[in-house]
Amino acid sequence: MAKVIKLHKGLDVNLKGKAAKEQFLVKKPGIYALMPDDFTGMKPKVVVKEGDTVKVGDALFVDKNHPEVKVVSSVSGKVTMVERGDRRKLLSVRVAADENQQYVDFGKRSVEQMTAQDVKQFLLETGLFAFLKQRPYDVVACPDDTPKAIFVSAFNSMPLAADFEYVLQGRESDFQTGLNVLAKLAKTHLGVSTKQTAMALTAAKNVEVTFFDGPAPAGNVGVQINHVDPVNKGEVVWTVGAEEVIFIGRLFNTGKLDFTRVIAFAGSEVKKPAYCQMTVGQQLTSLIEGNVTTGRTLRVVNGNVMTGQVTTADGFLAAHATEINVIPEGDDVHEMFGWIMPRLNDYSSSRSYCSWLMGRKEYALDARIKGGERHLIMSGEYDRVFPMDIFPEQLVKAVIVGDIDRMEALGIYEVAPEDFALCEFVDSSKLEVQRIMRQGLDMLRKEMA
Amino acid sequence: MNALRKYLDKIKPDFEEGGRLHALRSVFEGFESFLFVPNTTSKCGVNVHDAIDSKRIMIFVVIALMPALLFGMYNIGYQNYMAAGVDGTFWEMFGFGFLAVLPKIIVSYVVGLGIEFIVAQWKHEEIQEGYLVTGMLVPMIVPVDCPLWIIAIACAFAVIFAKEIFGGTGMNIFNVALITRAFLFFAYPTAMSGDACWVAKESICGLGNDLPDTFTMATPLGEVATGTVPAFSWDQVIGLIPGSIGETSVIAIAIGALILLWSGIASWKTMFSVFVGGALLAWIFNMWGPEGNAGAMMPWYEHLVLGGFCFGAVFMATDPVTSARTETGKYIYGFLIGAMAIIIRVLNPGYPEGMMLAILLMNLFAPLIDYFVVQHNIDKRTRRAIKK
Repeated sequence: MAKVIKLHKGLDVNLKGKAAKEQFLVKKPGIYALMPDDFTGMKPKVVVKEGDTVKVGDALFVDKNHPEVKVVSSVSGKVTMVERGDRRKLLSVRVAADENQQYVDFGKRSVEQMTAQDVKQFLLETGLFAFLKQRPYDVVACPDDTPKAIFVSAFNSMPLAADFEYVLQGRESDFQTGLNVLAKLAKTHLGVSTKQTAMALTAAKNVEVTFFDGPAPAGNVGVQINHVDPVNKGEVVWTVGAEEVIFIGRLFNTGKLDFTRVIAFAGSEVKKPAYCQMTVGQQLTSLIEGNVTTGRTLRVVNGNVMTGQVTTADGFLAAHATEINVIPEGDDVHEMFGWIMPRLNDYSSSRSYCSWLMGRKEYALDARIKGGERHLIMSGEYDRVFPMDIFPEQLVKAVIVGDIDRMEALGIYEVAPEDFALCEFVDSSKLEVQRIMRQGLDMLRKEMA
Repeated sequence: MNALRKYLDKIKPDFEEGGRLHALRSVFEGFESFLFVPNTTSKCGVNVHDAIDSKRIMIFVVIALMPALLFGMYNIGYQNYMAAGVDGTFWEMFGFGFLAVLPKIIVSYVVGLGIEFIVAQWKHEEIQEGYLVTGMLVPMIVPVDCPLWIIAIACAFAVIFAKEIFGGTGMNIFNVALITRAFLFFAYPTAMSGDACWVAKESICGLGNDLPDTFTMATPLGEVATGTVPAFSWDQVIGLIPGSIGETSVIAIAIGALILLWSGIASWKTMFSVFVGGALLAWIFNMWGPEGNAGAMMPWYEHLVLGGFCFGAVFMATDPVTSARTETGKYIYGFLIGAMAIIIRVLNPGYPEGMMLAILLMNLFAPLIDYFVVQHNIDKRTRRAIKK
């Protein structure tokens, strides 16, 4: 039996609108877009012009610092728009899809006969390398590095997240091939939940399987790294999303890139929360229209409700998103005397509310912050939901004051903003902890460059 | 409710930048967020938030203070009627105490919140709720005969010099309410200690009894300071003894402690270790204390019951801002407060009570305790990196 790590700290928030384990069809829209912001840390340089035709697998933009790292088109068609924002920042490259999809044929590969260098080269060539992330800094991996290990988490413990075990069904061989590919690059660890039983996960080959038992954020790869083999200064580990492992495996098995993934469409405002097939960059219009409640302002979250970016109903599926969550915006809600009312429909991990009495009640939370921003007053709030051997509050403070030495000493190399999502959720001082941590990581990366 | 909301929306522009009532922006914001939960939505980061906010936390502390406050009011009447040798009904005693305490609460809030409003306006910030608790604590830790003007000065001093110059709630080093008391204690010792200030001597609105100006009544700890050990009695637990307004009743404070611990607002680690530290030190003094020292001879459990020990342990030591912030640090911090309070009581002949000074002293050392706890984690990380 593989190692089981029991985590005690954390918090499971029971949100309404979990996706049922069934799939529905989403009409393919005409427009797709890939957004450089999804590839944190990349300095994008567009390599196509408006009007160019691309196939699935042709590069759309590359990293200025590492031109070999490229983001490729997930559909074939015509580049319709290179969208830029303030100071000409590249926001997205949009492609209008063809009727018949054309694929760049990379040829099937057998990973057993390839060296680590070949594998890396192939991933770079096909654009899948851009989906690899690294710790420290939680940015797109750098091809010059040799990671000490690669970590894959096979479950997402956040509320409303897609159940990877369900997503995996029918894709087991691609997943295993993907793991074989990663294992070629470095020692690969797979984090599995004790609730998962699929053989493809629990008995995955060529990787070291570790079981995790505990509340969210046990599924965060950062938490798993911290417990299995923590990152020290000067070391690099790579992390890959479980879904992206399937992309890699599929490429090796078929020789073609296929960016289709099964995502969870969930949230209290989704009429029938379930799973559906979407392609990276696919426009959300056909998914959202008619499938969500009407009558009030809604918030569409590209990714998980705890970590995802706010988008609009005509936004595009983010590169790493494994779910689309729709919740009420809540800007029309006026709650009176919130500081004393029982507020039975609001969730709180604090016993000053009644949530602890409500059993397995599902909450339909909106996007209100529900309080004003303050200095850190309560102590131990972050610590309660942060199952890593790190002092989260002290680390956040070090970032706020910009003390780089202290950030290093307190272990900033091991964390990603997503690890602080629950800290931000429970924070009574309402600080934007994930934004602060991102800032800290960027600051450090700039300093170390 | 809707009408009120509409009205607020209508007058809101007046208070914004450039509006004619701009000078009262912080006050308006304070009242608006007091009436309605702010409905601003998150721009980045988590898209849903826990319903807890600092208003809720502070209000819960105030609620936890209520039993001790209400009992304190009753006890003021009780002490007055006892001293006069007059039989009074419960409501007469309570009413008298209520009238004696209410002005202190009002003065404390008006002065403290007034300064908070001004600072918030000046710094373009929202009003911070910390003073809701401080403002209630202050009247509870002074003797009933403490003059109002002194309280006003002390509150102003503490809010400005112990809190605002550090950056407001969450940034202060010392517990603001205790700084108020320390200021009173050292600047106006006759109004804060001795035997003359613990029983209200004037009747108010026909309630209560006039006592002669020369009337004195020592607190049990005052007796200890003069060399006699008061016998343990259940009155000390119930709280029917002279003392600062809110500190006498162990039972009322225990109810408050339950509220704080149950809601998770106060740390049980701090609270528990204060009692352990106090009990242990008092027991050591009982066993091996200096001969002839009344403080050392007083049984350890009486030490915990008398004076401000319980009140300090429950409401002051657990202040999250000024206490140790690491979980391990809380044990050390609490233990040292309890121990130090007893040491000051027993070994310092000048001060009958040591709780206030013990907590203030440990406030100062809390960052040092945290430093060692955090440093341990840092060292572990460094060792791990070297070993590789």
